[in-house]
Amino acid sequence: MLSPRRVLGRSEPWVFAAIVALSLLIQARSGQFFTGNNLVDLARALVVPALFSIGCMMVIVSGGIDVSFTAIASLAMYVTDKTLLARGYDGTVLLPYAMSAGLGLLMGALNGFLIAFLRLPTLIVTLGTSSLYTGLMFGAFAASASDVPPSIAAHGKQILFTAVNSDLGLTSTMPAQILILAGVLVLVFFLLRYTMLGRGIYAIGGDEAAAERAGFNVRAIKMFLYCFVGVLAGVTGIVRISMIAYADPSTMLGMELPVIAAVVLGGTRVTGGVGTLTGTTLGVALMTILANSLILMGVPTYWSRAFTGAVIIIGTGVTAWQTGLTRRGGRALSRPATGAPA
Amino acid sequence: MSDNVLKVEGVAKAFGGVQALKGVSLEIEKGEIHCLAGENGCGKSTLIKVISGVHEPDAGTIEIEGRRFARLAPMQAIALGVQVIYQDFSVFPNLSVMENLALNMEVMDHRVFMNYRRAKAIAAHAVSQIGFDVDLDERVETLAVADRQLIAICRALLQNSKLIIMDEPTAALTKREVKALFGVIKDLQSRGISILFVSHKLDEVFEISERFTILRGGENVASGSTRELDRRAFALYMTGREFADASYRPAAAPGPPVLSVRNLTRRGAYTNISFDLAPGEILGITGLLGSGRTELVETIFGVVQPDSGSIEIGGKPARLRSVRAAIRAGVGYVPSDRLTEGLFLPQTIERNLVVAVLERLSGWLGVLRRQAVVETTERWIADLSIATKDPSLPVRTLSGGNQQKVVLARWLANDLKVLILNGPTMGVDIGSKYDIHALIRGLAEHGLAVVIVSDDLPEVLACASRIVVMQNGAFVQELDPASTTETKLGELSTGVA
Repeated sequence: MLSPRRVLGRSEPWVFAAIVALSLLIQARSGQFFTGNNLVDLARALVVPALFSIGCMMVIVSGGIDVSFTAIASLAMYVTDKTLLARGYDGTVLLPYAMSAGLGLLMGALNGFLIAFLRLPTLIVTLGTSSLYTGLMFGAFAASASDVPPSIAAHGKQILFTAVNSDLGLTSTMPAQILILAGVLVLVFFLLRYTMLGRGIYAIGGDEAAAERAGFNVRAIKMFLYCFVGVLAGVTGIVRISMIAYADPSTMLGMELPVIAAVVLGGTRVTGGVGTLTGTTLGVALMTILANSLILMGVPTYWSRAFTGAVIIIGTGVTAWQTGLTRRGGRALSRPATGAPA
Repeated sequence: MSDNVLKVEGVAKAFGGVQALKGVSLEIEKGEIHCLAGENGCGKSTLIKVISGVHEPDAGTIEIEGRRFARLAPMQAIALGVQVIYQDFSVFPNLSVMENLALNMEVMDHRVFMNYRRAKAIAAHAVSQIGFDVDLDERVETLAVADRQLIAICRALLQNSKLIIMDEPTAALTKREVKALFGVIKDLQSRGISILFVSHKLDEVFEISERFTILRGGENVASGSTRELDRRAFALYMTGREFADASYRPAAAPGPPVLSVRNLTRRGAYTNISFDLAPGEILGITGLLGSGRTELVETIFGVVQPDSGSIEIGGKPARLRSVRAAIRAGVGYVPSDRLTEGLFLPQTIERNLVVAVLERLSGWLGVLRRQAVVETTERWIADLSIATKDPSLPVRTLSGGNQQKVVLARWLANDLKVLILNGPTMGVDIGSKYDIHALIRGLAEHGLAVVIVSDDLPEVLACASRIVVMQNGAFVQELDPASTTETKLGELSTGVA
């Protein structure tokens, strides 16, 4: 049943409305929003943050927070890239993906071990490993921008279709990597909704002690979660360098904040337990449209950073307000008593 | 005996050096409602955890439906039909009612995939067992506390339960919800399910249970039929102390009033209230929730303003426009949840005692004068006879009653004339309750004027030197506690009489 309270208590309709409003505004001002090439450009800009946001959302739903995914993605793709270049690798793009995913898995497993088994706070752990992985990349691997193996470069040129804007003489290409995003969305949707593992992630985010009492293997679920997020980050790293056709070690660093902002904006509750893929994708779309339109309108980059911060605060505030709207009597003592005399 | 669903014999359990259970026994018959009572720390929780397999006992046996065990695993206990409903109900607030009901069972069955159709069937079956009418798609966090509890009960019933242990199930419920819960418990009983009802609330023990077991200090002190138990015996068993039921008389004849209220009116809350209160008197105000009692005392504490009327404190007209003004005039107010919540539990007793008077104890540039802190702490510990060996221990090492004393000490440090207590012993166990009552009387004897707002009628009768009953914002009658009864008070406040 969809009562009005339940619909308005959700974030997705609001974010969607904001996207529509913003699109119409930009269309009215520039006349270029609803053009094929602009939409394709937006889709292209959306792939990497959307991939990151999926993992980020899963971690936040479980009651944790991850700020290390960009560091994992960067180190995984960089080590993969350098190793394959040094070997003169010229096979398919599958090996780079597998290798980067494997490295991501190892790095995610370290997060998972520290969080699930040593029960350390997730923010501290991922801040630490984030710094560790970034440091390793620039220290041990003396990272600097580098070429990519031919297969990755070729993968970057795989396009689904081209959109032409005859008015401005611009063309934009839809990257094949968007299919990877689609695949991951389908996989994670199924995982979260139709497996006990996925329901376990939500259960842990709702009440960890209750999840344990219900018989969920909380440690194993958390371990899986951080490994999965590591793999996803590794894959995203290759997606990124293939799309820009060179391996820049710092190209993804600093994306954590906008990604977390998008996830929270999409209605994921920062305290855990609540979050959807629909909301997350809408959140990323809104952030991407905002960033693009700010650039188009000539707003300086540091202002877009300030904007990201504002969006985090507003998004979190709205989620908290909605929680207050739908949640009743969280604390026993604040409930009005309706008692008769003793 | 074969009609026992549970028989615990000689169970002992120690944690580190602390012997939580010293050979405890407990027998519950099939279809019986059995009450397990005892003060905080008596071993109730440990015993429940031994029965449900969370703790392994050091000695003793657990017999469930005739099968003897030296220890149980949690899943084994569940398979044998023992279910615990914890105080927090162990629900997932973020998930739907349906999932809350079905998930535990699906996990037990080692399901890999989530089948919503099957979950819906499980959930529908679960709620139908007690005729619980709830929207299965609703998120649990939007439900009232009582409904969350019913979800926990329905979920427990799914596991073919023979014994349901309820750990202080009424702690967060209103009286009406408690009535409904008791209906459900009786219904379960009629189906042959035994209930172990854990509580330290006397009225509930009398109302719901047929037999009782009382623990104290990890040992059995009494068990038997509830019908043969009375209030005095219950208190004695719980605490090991005898309590006199005498009512309070001010030591000396009342002198000039310290608090005079004249024709005080606040629209929609109370009308034309007048009374005097002398040092050493304890005024008990009782009445239903919504009778205006809380608004009245909050007016005296400056939280809300009256529309007309006057208040005099110490013979001088007092304009209590704010809480600060009221405190400066010498009024102290302890709201109902504050006595139990107003402490920094992990901090030392000393710090908790002096926190309200730090300004007075600090010297130049706000540096604390160590000697003054030590002296103040020692004085309060002696004055209120707070039972502790060392004031540098955390406050949580104190018993409930002693913790309350620490909170009170904080107020008394501020040169009080009138102390208002709203529900001073809500949710407190019996022993602490008597301690607090004795403390309140002691304060009055030292010349403080006290106002107690409470719907705990025995409490009002035991503490107050005068009682007024409020109804619909007016004082309906003033009574002498020595010549009135609980029944009479109850009738007056509901307006039955």
